Amino acid sequence: MPCLTGEGGALLEFDGITLRLGDFTLHADMRIAPERRVAVIGPSGAGKSTLLALVAGFLAPEAGRLLWQGVDITQEPPGARPVAMIFQEGNLFPHLSVYENVALGVNPALKLGAGEKARVMRALERVSLGGMEARKPAQLSGGQQSRAALARALVQDRPILALDEPFAALGPALKVEMLDLVREIADERRATVLMVSHDPQDARRFAEEVIVVAEGHAAPPRETAEIFADPPEALRDYLGG
Amino acid sequence: MARRVVPISAWAGAATAALAAMLVGLPIAAVAWRAGGWGGLGPADWAALRFTLVQAVLSAFVSVALAVPVARALARRRFRGRGALVLLMGAPFILPVIVAILGLLAVFGRGGILNGLLDALGLPGIQIYGLHGVVLAHVFFNLPLATRFLLQGWESIPQERFRLAANLGMGPREIMRYLEWPMLRERMPSALLVIFLICLSSFAVALTLGGGPRATTLELAIYQAFRFEFDLGRAALLALVQLALVVSAGLVALRLGRVAAFGAGRGLTVERWDAKGAGYKALDGTVLVLVALFVLLPLVLVALRGVPTLAGLPPQVWRAAGASIGVALASTALCMAAALALASVRRNWGEMAGLLGLAISPLVLGTGAFILINPVMSPATLALPVTALVNALMALPFALRVIAPEYARTERDFGRLADTLGMRGWARMRYLLWPQMRGALGFAAGLAAALSMGDLGVIALFADPERATLPLEVYRLMGAYRMEDAAGAALLLLLLSFGAFALLDWGGRRAA
Repeated sequence: MPCLTGEGGALLEFDGITLRLGDFTLHADMRIAPERRVAVIGPSGAGKSTLLALVAGFLAPEAGRLLWQGVDITQEPPGARPVAMIFQEGNLFPHLSVYENVALGVNPALKLGAGEKARVMRALERVSLGGMEARKPAQLSGGQQSRAALARALVQDRPILALDEPFAALGPALKVEMLDLVREIADERRATVLMVSHDPQDARRFAEEVIVVAEGHAAPPRETAEIFADPPEALRDYLGG
Repeated sequence: MARRVVPISAWAGAATAALAAMLVGLPIAAVAWRAGGWGGLGPADWAALRFTLVQAVLSAFVSVALAVPVARALARRRFRGRGALVLLMGAPFILPVIVAILGLLAVFGRGGILNGLLDALGLPGIQIYGLHGVVLAHVFFNLPLATRFLLQGWESIPQERFRLAANLGMGPREIMRYLEWPMLRERMPSALLVIFLICLSSFAVALTLGGGPRATTLELAIYQAFRFEFDLGRAALLALVQLALVVSAGLVALRLGRVAAFGAGRGLTVERWDAKGAGYKALDGTVLVLVALFVLLPLVLVALRGVPTLAGLPPQVWRAAGASIGVALASTALCMAAALALASVRRNWGEMAGLLGLAISPLVLGTGAFILINPVMSPATLALPVTALVNALMALPFALRVIAPEYARTERDFGRLADTLGMRGWARMRYLLWPQMRGALGFAAGLAAALSMGDLGVIALFADPERATLPLEVYRLMGAYRMEDAAGAALLLLLLSFGAFALLDWGGRRAA
């Protein structure tokens, strides 16, 4: 993907953003470089998910702008943003088949041409769900459901993949497996990944950079190894000890 | 399974269950005993059966079909006054039927504002009496009910699903197809069924807006066989037919599964990103304005017409009001005691009793009670006590619906603690159940009081000229074409019903 913002190569820019939700306020003023895997960590209630909802267009800031490749997308509706999203739960419609759930990522009215159908099938193969396209979500294991959600994000083919504590319901081994799969796919697609997690281990294993959200501020991303070697005060408080 | 529900007192629950069964069973046995053979049903009776079914089916379909756009508009819009509008949708449930009828007459009746408008435009007027009038009144009561039930359905769709839909770029049509329609397909059958069941036992509406060979429900036919033909055998036979009808409909409902539990919507709004276009906004706005007018206008007109005569009402109206307050108090006390005792016996009682309550018709119970009392003494002298008793029975399922889950929750959360402390009987009531459940208890008592205050059913069978409750007095004034006095009395009844509900509900919530 060409970089239009010149030096620094900021793809996603939070330009003096203030977001208010009742008593809660979140400030963000930072840039996220392209094709990076970024973890968003911090205490619960600090605004990690809020930051993601802002990027996905579910919440609008009171002040400031959100820029994508230099273009203001603050007012864009969620469906028009460069973001594919995976939620903590409720990623699949229980009454639709796995194929239909993934195909919604191509066309929300499920009108698919032959080529697009093949693309859906390829995505299912890619996440190792080949042959399961006719099943309903309830017939899948927890890990398989996560894979189906990931397959849909794949066919959505958007440059940012936003994950909101996506695999929190999975056991430790499955979670590692899924994180590895996300990393592979992100590398293949050269996608930027934003992942909210409350588990510092996730960040260490998965992320190249870390954004710490605490006390109403989202701090600019720093290299993962560097930030854990010399944690800022907010992160030290969160990690404890 | 979780732990059993500990009764406040084991025998109280069992005794209450037995008593309630007896109070329902004895009149039904009396009806069955007194009824003539099936050959006794004439063409007019078959017409009544047919009309009962037709109006109930129509009322159910029209109410639910109209409720879909209303609930959708409420679900996807945020605006000032939305909470008040949702609250308004709850008002018809505790509104006395006779007051609603007066209000609907003021809007749709011969001298009503709609006909005035049509006349001014040079268009032919409309008639409110007959099948469409009966359906109109039923829609007035059940459209709001269905709206609240469907709105709960919308609220049950997880917020994340709407976010997912927005992320995928779904518009209103896709949201209907993938999110809303699956919910509606699941919920609409039970809403239809409950409204159908409610309308099967329609009496007061048919009494005032129906009548004649082509618009008589079975309940009304029972009343007419009683009051005009003094034919107790025929009344009992009709009561048996009515009983068979509602019980079989109830059994079908059980077969089909879950029966709708009409509760209050929580008033949550989920952020929506579809339907932002001006056309959709105009559509939703129009729908909401129309439904608000439909529910509010009759009430406002009753109030406006009643105010001038309220102070100068004739003495029999005040006497009737006194009788109504007494009946409501007694009925509420009975109902609450029975509901608490029953809730302590079985936690899943609410579902079954709710269905039972919908299936028992007051006129059937009234006929049975009349047959039982008549040989012993003049039934008119017992008119008010019997009314209070029947009202308590009618309100019991609704009270149980509210109380039983709260009771089970309280016992689940604190029951073991209370057990280890040896809190039983009165101590458990005073220091655990009452503080924990007072919100639900107040709400249930408010419902019971308002329902009893506004009931026009069994009293119509029993009353003589000296005895009346306020709803019956309003009906008598209407029958005598004293419309000003009727409007004043209706306003008084409206104030008493809503006042009783508000007072008890507030009392429960005050320190909850």
